[in-house]
Amino acid sequence: MEHVNHIAVTVIGHDRPGIIAAATAGLSGLGLNLEDSTMTRLRGHFAMMLICSGDCSPRQVEDALAPLTADGQLEVSARFVPDDDGVGPAGHPYLLTVHGGDRTGIVSAVTREVAEAGGNITDLTTRLTGDLYVVVAEVELPAEVDAPALATRLRTVGHDLGVDVTLRAQDTDVL
Amino acid sequence: MSLQDWTEAELGIHGRVLPVMQAPDAVLSAASSPVDPADPETVRLAADLVATMRVSPGCVGLAASQVGVARHVFAVDVSGHPKARTVHGTFVLCNAVVEEATRNEKGREGCMSVPDLTGDVKRASRIAVRGRLPGSGEEVVVETDAFEARALQHEVDHCDGYLFLDRVAGAHAVYARQTYL
Ligand SMILES: [Zn+2]
Repeated sequence: MEHVNHIAVTVIGHDRPGIIAAATAGLSGLGLNLEDSTMTRLRGHFAMMLICSGDCSPRQVEDALAPLTADGQLEVSARFVPDDDGVGPAGHPYLLTVHGGDRTGIVSAVTREVAEAGGNITDLTTRLTGDLYVVVAEVELPAEVDAPALATRLRTVGHDLGVDVTLRAQDTDVL
Repeated sequence: MSLQDWTEAELGIHGRVLPVMQAPDAVLSAASSPVDPADPETVRLAADLVATMRVSPGCVGLAASQVGVARHVFAVDVSGHPKARTVHGTFVLCNAVVEEATRNEKGREGCMSVPDLTGDVKRASRIAVRGRLPGSGEEVVVETDAFEARALQHEVDHCDGYLFLDRVAGAHAVYARQTYL
């Protein structure tokens, strides 16, 4: 059986056409399989994170992707990560929305409250457009957490910051 | 009278076009208070909402909180919208509540008060909404579906102090509104 490493790769920098095509070509050239990946633009900057698996080292990955960084506008980094499929029992899924005026500390104040309740944030995006700051987070809460009580505490935290916070169950329709 | 026959002419006055508030304005986050549908102020507000909705391209509904008035009144008109099935034309409801809601569907929503973003929101595609017409105060129950049902729920949410952002379907369900050159 061949040896399988898991390697986390991030590519961040100035956006231009062809970054994903070049990065994934470099990875497949090393025989690496793309497992989970996500790519987005953050205020116009290209940002990609992925986990790939195969028999090579982070150094080999960085060398293979070096052409991407040649003009100094993109950064690539790679490192080993343990194979970490099981992250403990899944909690109940909730969605957290925050919107209001832009000010420092909104995300930290709200996520601290979630963490203190034992909740785990599994996905989070924030957006600033004009004066409006929007946070949407997917949260897993252990079964024993009193979600309505947490929702009330989050509203209070939001009130102190002058933002609206809602926490609601995320229902999944199985079709 | 049948809701389908109602037009803003029933109000007997010409509405004014009012400026539309944008998030994070606090008026959009407050629950609106109930109104007396027969109060001349309510009638004027109804006419203003219709007038403002009419001059706003692509606007299919407008709640009083969006023009800075925390009263439980909104206007809707989804006529001609490609995603609409049942259509009741232009109407204004006071103190409206959703009484029945079934068959959730996801759809993309925008809002004049959140001009730079859109979001995927799951809403009932069949609903019954009870409210009163401005002026006469007549009680009506609007049974509708598809896009008109979505518009009504969006407007009732405004009256309760919620934006579509409070209902989006996931962390990746908010989008920058595309502007085409
Ligand atoms: Zn709206």
